[in-house]
Amino acid sequence: MSTMKSEETLGGSQNPRITWEGCSVLLDINDGDRVLFARLTAGSKIKIGNKNCSLQPLIGCPFGSSFQVEVGEDGPFLSRVNRSTEDNNLGEKVDCQIMEECRDNRSIVDNNTAQSLTGEDIDDMRRKGATGDEIVEALIANSATFLKKTAFSQEKYRIKKQKKYAPRVLLRRPVTRSICEAYFKKHADKVGFLRVDTLSLLLSFANVTANSDVLVVDMLNGLITGAVAERLGGTGYVCNTYCGNTPYSINIVRMFNFSDETCKRIVHSSLAELQPSNGGTSTSIHQLEDAYNNRSQENKEILSPSTAVDLVGMEESDDGNIQTVNNLAASPKTVKSIKPGEKAPPEAIKSWKENGFSSLIIAAPELDAWSIVKELVPLLSYSAPFVIYHQYLQPLATCMHNLQTQKMAISLQITEPWLREYQVLPSRTHPHMQMSSSGGYLLSGIRIASSDNPQPK
Amino acid sequence: MLPTDPAKKLSFNRRIMDGDLVIAYERYDSMKPVKVSENGVLQNRFGVFKHSDWIGKPFGSKVFSSKGGFIYLLAPTPELWTLVLSHRTQILYIADISFVVTYLEIVPGCVVLESGTGSGSLTTSLARAVAPNGHVYTFDFHEQRAASAREDFERTGLSSLVTVGVRDIQGEGFPDEFLGRADSVFLDLPQPWLAIPSAAKMLQQDGVLCSFSPCIEQVQRSCETLKSHFTDIRTFEVLLHTYEVREGNLGNWQDSDGGSASLKTSKKRMR
Ligand SMILES: C[S@@+](CC[C@H](N)C(=O)[O-])C[C@H]1O[C@@H](n2cnc3c(N)ncnc32)[C@H](O)[C@@H]1O
Repeated sequence: MSTMKSEETLGGSQNPRITWEGCSVLLDINDGDRVLFARLTAGSKIKIGNKNCSLQPLIGCPFGSSFQVEVGEDGPFLSRVNRSTEDNNLGEKVDCQIMEECRDNRSIVDNNTAQSLTGEDIDDMRRKGATGDEIVEALIANSATFLKKTAFSQEKYRIKKQKKYAPRVLLRRPVTRSICEAYFKKHADKVGFLRVDTLSLLLSFANVTANSDVLVVDMLNGLITGAVAERLGGTGYVCNTYCGNTPYSINIVRMFNFSDETCKRIVHSSLAELQPSNGGTSTSIHQLEDAYNNRSQENKEILSPSTAVDLVGMEESDDGNIQTVNNLAASPKTVKSIKPGEKAPPEAIKSWKENGFSSLIIAAPELDAWSIVKELVPLLSYSAPFVIYHQYLQPLATCMHNLQTQKMAISLQITEPWLREYQVLPSRTHPHMQMSSSGGYLLSGIRIASSDNPQPK
Repeated sequence: MLPTDPAKKLSFNRRIMDGDLVIAYERYDSMKPVKVSENGVLQNRFGVFKHSDWIGKPFGSKVFSSKGGFIYLLAPTPELWTLVLSHRTQILYIADISFVVTYLEIVPGCVVLESGTGSGSLTTSLARAVAPNGHVYTFDFHEQRAASAREDFERTGLSSLVTVGVRDIQGEGFPDEFLGRADSVFLDLPQPWLAIPSAAKMLQQDGVLCSFSPCIEQVQRSCETLKSHFTDIRTFEVLLHTYEVREGNLGNWQDSDGGSASLKTSKKRMR
C-alpha cells in the first residue's frame, strides 16, 4: 500500500485533497512519534519541542505535504518541504554499506565530549538564520565520533538530531484508516483496542453501503459511527442506540471532515424508542415527535459541553499521545449548521419499525454481548447481517450459542483477525514486531425470518 | 445486491420475486446462488425445491423440499457472493478484501481502477464501496474471464457501477482517459511492478495504490518500483482465524474412568 506523492496539479476550492480554513487535519510529527488532530484556523498553533508554531501555513496545502520547523525573525514557523521519494532510499543506502561494513563500535567511548558544538553555538547559528538541516549537518561535522560509527548508527544519529533540530510535520487527511491507526497507536483504550483490520472487517461483515440504515452500538467514542457514516456518503442513516437516557459520546466523528449531508445521517435513538410500541401506532408517532422536539433542545445544552470537556481532556495528555488542538468542537468559525449525532427524526424511526434496519454493528467492550444482541437482532430486516466486536472470545461464544439455540440467526461465525506489518528492503525483509497480541474477536451472522411468521401478511 | 433501488431494498415487507438472485444456504460451507423463476427448481441432497414455493416469502426464510429437507434463502451480499461465485482464478477473501477497501480509502463517489478482474471477488466489494455514484473500471487481458465477470455483475445487479475492459495492463498500462482521475488503484497481477508506473500516472495527488501478491519476491520487486513514484509504502500480511463453538459436557475427573474421557474444545481453523 502506498500513497501517491503530492503534486500541486489540482486547484479548486472544493477539492477534499487540499486543506481549507476550518478543516480538520491529522498531524504526524517526526514519523509517528507524536500524532495530533487539529482544526486549521488562522489562530491555531501547535507546540513542537519548545516551540509554538502557527498552523496558518498549512491552509491550502495538499494533504500528504510535509513541513519542517524553522526559526525566523518572528520566531519559529512551519515551512513546507519537498517530500520527495528520495526519502524511500535512505534506508537502502545504509543497507548497501552495511553489506560491506568494516567499522564497528569498539573504539567509541561515550563521555559527552564527542560533540564540540555547544548549545550557545547552536542558538547563535539560529540567530544567523541557519536552517534546521544546516544545524544537523554542523552537529555531524563537529562530532568527533561520527566517522567512527557504523553506517547504521550514523543514520540513527542523523535521525535523532533531525527530530530534535529540524522536526517534521506530515499533514494527513483524517479518514477512517488514518484516524483508526492514530488511535490504535497512541490511545488504543479510547477505541476499545480496535485495530484497523478489525474495523475494516466490521464494515464488510455489516455490508455497509450507500442507502443502508445501519444500527450501531458504538461505545468506542464514535469511531464506528464515523467509519460507517464515511461509507454512507450522505445517504441512509447510521443510528447509534443506547439503553437509558444518555447517548454515547461520538467525539471522534468531529475529526472527519464530514459534509452537512453526512452529519445529518448520523443520529441516535434510545432502545426504547426503536422497539415496537404496544399502543396504537398513530399515538406513538405523536409521542415520538413531542419527545423529538423537546430532546433536540436538551441536546444542544447537554451534549456540547460534555464533548468539549472530553477533547480538552485529551489535549492535556503530554506523553506523546493523541492530542487535539484548539478544541475541534468549539472553534467559532467552523461551527456547523448541522451537528452530527442529533436525535433520529420520527419519520426515520417509523420507517425502521416498519422495514427493519439493514445491518447491525455492536462494539461495546464493557458490556455482555448477549444482553445487547437479544434486544437488537429483532430490529433487523430478515436476512440482514450483523457483527459484534469484543476484546474477548468468551462473551461471543456464549452469544453465538444462544443465537443458535434460539434460531435467530444463521451463518454464525467467530473470527479473529490477525495482522502483521513487514519491513521490505533488499536483503533485509522481515516482519515487524507483532502489532498487538490481539485485535479482538468478531461474531458475525445473518438474521433469519422467524418461523412463526413465514407467510406474507 | 445493493440497496440502490428502494423497491428492492431489504425490509420486513420485501418478498422474494420472480427474477431475484437468492443465496440458497444449506450450511455455512455449502451455499449456491440461484436466480428465482416461476417454473424453476433447485435440486440438492435435501430433495427438490420448487421456486414457486419461495416467491412471496421474505428473504431469510426457511423453505422445504418435497422430501421435507430445508434450506434458507438469503439476500446476496458481497461477502456471500465471494463464497458462492465460480472460481475462474484464485480469488481474494474477506480478510484481504476488507483491508484493501479501507486502505484504498474508498468512499461513495470514488473512481477506482483494478487489474486483473479475475473472478470479480474483490470487484464486488469495490462496487459496494463506490456506490451509488462512483465507478470501478476493472481490466483483465483474458477475454473469456472478462466476459464471465461482466455476466456476473449483470446477475448481481452491479453493472451500472462496474465496467470491465479487456487489456494487457502489464504491457500497455491503464488507458490514458484515466490520467490523474483515479482515487485509488488496485493490482492483483503476476508482475505488478510492470503496471506501477502507469498506476502512478492515473492517481490523483494523495491517491492510494494497493498491490496484492502471494509471494514475498513479488512484494520485494514491487516495493523497488514503488519507491520512485510513491511515499508511505507499507506492506501487510492479513489473516483470519475462525473458531467453532460447540456444546459439550466435560466430565468430572472424580467420576472418570482413567482413559475414557474425551476432550472437546473449540477448534481453530485457518483460511
Ligand atoms: C488472481 S486473478 C485476480 C483475482 C481477483 N483479485 C479476484 O478477487 O477475483 C489475476 C488476474 O489477472 C489477470 N492478468 C494477468 N496478467 C494480466 C495482464 N498483463 N493484464 C491484465 N490482466 C492480467 C489474469 O487473467 C487473472 O484473471
